Amino acid sequence: MEPVTHSDYRALNGNSEKLPAGKLHSTQYIVAVVLAVLITGLWRLQVLGADNFRALAEANRIRKVPIVAPRGRIFDRYGRLLVDNYPSVSCYLLRDQSRNINLDLPMISRGLNIPVDQIQAILHRYQTAPKYQPIPLKQDITPDEQAFIEAHRNELPELETVDVQRRLYPRDGFAAHLIGYVGEVSEEMLNNPRYAFYDPGDVVGRSGVEASYDAILRGTDGYKDVIVNSRGKELGQLGQTLAIPGKDLRLTIDLDLQMAAEKAMEGKIGAIVALDPHNGEVLALVSRPTFDPNEFSGHLTKSYWNEILSNPDHPLLDKATQAQLAPGSTFKIIMSVAGLQEGVAQDMRVNCPGGATFYGHFYACDKRHGMVDIENAIPWSCDTFFYTLANKLGIDTIARYATSLGFGERTGIDLPDEASGIMPSTAWKLHTLHQAWYAGETISVGIGQGAITATPLQLARAIGGIASGGVLHRPHVVFPDEVRPGDLEAIHETFSGSGDKTIPLSPANWEIITDAMANATNPAAGGTAGASHLEGIDFAGKTGTAQVMSHDALARSGGGHRTLPNAWFVGMTPRRNPDIVVAVLWQNGDWGSNSAKLAAQVIEAFVSKQRKRENNIRIAEAPKAAIPAPAAAVPATEPEINDHPL
Amino acid sequence: MRRLSSFRDFDWVLLGFVLVISVISVLEIKSATVHTKFHGFEHKQMGFLAVGIVLMFLISLIDYHRLLDIVHWAYGISILSLIAVFAVGTKVLGARRWIRVPGGHFQPSEWIKLVLIVAVARYFWGLAGRELTWTDIGKAFALVCIPMLMVLKQPDLGTSLTYLPILACGLFLGGIRFKQAAIILLSIALLVGGAWKTGKLLKPYQKARLTSFINPDTDPRGSGYQIRQSLIAVGSGGIWGKGANKGTQTQGDFLPIPYTDFIFAAFCEEHGFIGALGVLLLYFLILMRLIQNAQTASDLPGTFIIMGVVSVILFQIAVNIGMVVGLMPVTGIPLPLMSYGGSSILFTFMALGIVMNVRMRRFVN
Repeated sequence: MEPVTHSDYRALNGNSEKLPAGKLHSTQYIVAVVLAVLITGLWRLQVLGADNFRALAEANRIRKVPIVAPRGRIFDRYGRLLVDNYPSVSCYLLRDQSRNINLDLPMISRGLNIPVDQIQAILHRYQTAPKYQPIPLKQDITPDEQAFIEAHRNELPELETVDVQRRLYPRDGFAAHLIGYVGEVSEEMLNNPRYAFYDPGDVVGRSGVEASYDAILRGTDGYKDVIVNSRGKELGQLGQTLAIPGKDLRLTIDLDLQMAAEKAMEGKIGAIVALDPHNGEVLALVSRPTFDPNEFSGHLTKSYWNEILSNPDHPLLDKATQAQLAPGSTFKIIMSVAGLQEGVAQDMRVNCPGGATFYGHFYACDKRHGMVDIENAIPWSCDTFFYTLANKLGIDTIARYATSLGFGERTGIDLPDEASGIMPSTAWKLHTLHQAWYAGETISVGIGQGAITATPLQLARAIGGIASGGVLHRPHVVFPDEVRPGDLEAIHETFSGSGDKTIPLSPANWEIITDAMANATNPAAGGTAGASHLEGIDFAGKTGTAQVMSHDALARSGGGHRTLPNAWFVGMTPRRNPDIVVAVLWQNGDWGSNSAKLAAQVIEAFVSKQRKRENNIRIAEAPKAAIPAPAAAVPATEPEINDHPL
Repeated sequence: MRRLSSFRDFDWVLLGFVLVISVISVLEIKSATVHTKFHGFEHKQMGFLAVGIVLMFLISLIDYHRLLDIVHWAYGISILSLIAVFAVGTKVLGARRWIRVPGGHFQPSEWIKLVLIVAVARYFWGLAGRELTWTDIGKAFALVCIPMLMVLKQPDLGTSLTYLPILACGLFLGGIRFKQAAIILLSIALLVGGAWKTGKLLKPYQKARLTSFINPDTDPRGSGYQIRQSLIAVGSGGIWGKGANKGTQTQGDFLPIPYTDFIFAAFCEEHGFIGALGVLLLYFLILMRLIQNAQTASDLPGTFIIMGVVSVILFQIAVNIGMVVGLMPVTGIPLPLMSYGGSSILFTFMALGIVMNVRMRRFVN
């Protein structure tokens, strides 16, 4: 730069030229244009886009935090607690923020101990859910994980903890099949219109009472609108919709009987179901092997799941309502009804030389009973008598009676996935196998073998109904008055079945059958369950020993535990108009008499309780040890056993 | 006598507009910081304003011709201070921009704007209105671009960019021909394009800002987040605004630095389109008043100086508000008179001081 002195400037100043006026003038236009462009930008945002941006601003600062409704608790018939809730913390992921969550995944994965691909799978599952709906990321988080979320509010504002009530089930799979368990609603369920009101992530009943009465047990979730700053810090609350807790549910189950039944089945495979034939109330329902519902409602571990899946005895199957097996000799009671009502069996005398030949084939009986009539045939369980009776009646007459007693059809119990069993007939065989019925097949059906299958529940209901003079009730585990009429209708519709019904049974025939069943437990009468005789208790019933394979197959298999016959027993007290009927299925239990002993335990527990009640003795408090205490990690919300005042 | 008459010629109307914006600034800084650890910044801003006003009066007393005389010294010192920043400067947030001096930090790059305004005025005045040759243009570029590149290296893209309007204004008023201007713009475009490709010109964060300006969703956590939140703040303000202290974006800390670079977004959120129009009207009046003063200046360098000030202020308004409404990338250029910050406020008032100086001497001869 050339040095210019003050004097130079003075000298130059004289002839200083001014800039052309137009040039400066044009700068004014430049200023005006620049400001006009800025105003256009403001107009675009503040006038045209105001609504959109206002919504974005609200979404920015308002966080919808769910208030999860606690599920209703479950009690036994006397109000003793079976299923409780305990407080827990769940981690939710909020997606309504202007963040790219994918960038945070590695950090979330480390802090919450979930593999990244699992989080991505969860995110994928919720792709279609509305953005404002928080995603449940992990349930029952540990204090460490909770601390992680609190400490990383700045970096991970999308994580939110929510206090929830979680299910606490009895320990050791106590009544697990009856109660069921809850879990996150599955994709298949969401596609089913029946579950239309569920959102992804909802915890719903997946089996047992939890599933069938989900609509009553589940409450309505609420939410609160929380004002947060950019770091997710809560600044205030705008409003909230409180959660409506689910309704408590009283089951028809009697905890004492349930415990007796659980104890009887310990270490065995099979099921016990006890009904009150007067009204169809289920007093106890046990299936073995069992599972731990607590494992299912939390984060199910792969190892536990594999253990369940690989168990050949299907722990998840409720054998009381879902096992369809040949009923064996217990079916002879149904045969007796058919025979007597048809007027055939009354005067029938059959000589049993240890079997009989029909249609060129020899059918064996396990004893030589000699001359047998209906009164002996039942307690002795004489096959020859019932072969003959079946042959006389024909399959379609048998099927007509069996069907009217609920065979081949669901009973309509208020539990999910009940099995219907099979009641064969000529029409059935033509429909399913496209073959004609051979008269020889009828002979096996007469002793509850062959194509016929039934569930323990069906047997209990049918035989209990026969003992009640032909009055059958829809079995149920929840008192109908616990449920609003509309819901009850919906339950009956969902769990449709034969329901309540009355079949004709003449008093004389009724007496013949019930007296004969009482003799089954009478050693003096040579009853098959004589070893289970209960002194002073009018214990009646019928054994069943159902082969699981044909004689040929048995010979080939070389024996072994699994080849043993299934042991059945359906027992009741008293013999006529019983207060309780118990069906026992002991798979591979060898002899029906073995099952009779198990039924006797339940009957004995029932009667001793009944007598205490009649003598005004308070029911003894259930021993605490027998009632599953919560797992060790769970806060002290041990289910209390209320001594129900009677 | 002469001094008294000078103060009568002081542009009190201009000062009035300036003070109105300053008051708005103080109120918005207060609103934007009330719930943060920065609350009380409005008092500091008032302090800066007070110092600025005093400096403005002091500078208006010194004849600007004297400033023109000493500007080559000031220019030399500026270059030295920039070198000093590299040597002993304080590193803040990865950039060396400040020199620690007793009582605070000194950011030379802001003052250099002032020096450049005077230096450019003197340079073009020296050419005395003759047709610009390529050599003249080259020298003008060297004058501005040497300090500019040094500031860019600190790195401080925003401040270095504010030197460009001074050069552009000087060339425009100095009589550059259309053909020359076109060639220069084309070669700058090629140069910047090349530098972008090689990645030598811009720091990665500067590059990211530009990318995210074009597509805010590429980086929703960084500068894309800032733009997004700014747009939400401005847009959600609507026509009437949410009211003072009621901006959810501002108060909820969603808007980044709502008291400095994004103060206009905070203001738009709380006072709406109407409020924003009011502030832009004030800027318009201030700029028109400045241009009017440039027209009435007694000589060429006076005009150049005022227009230099106009160009810097207009540029900063355009870039800052443009950024706030999503028309410009994030560059970190403060809004004159509104943004919190001593350097920015003092520069503006000292620049206004020189403007007053020129105005007061318009009838000198």
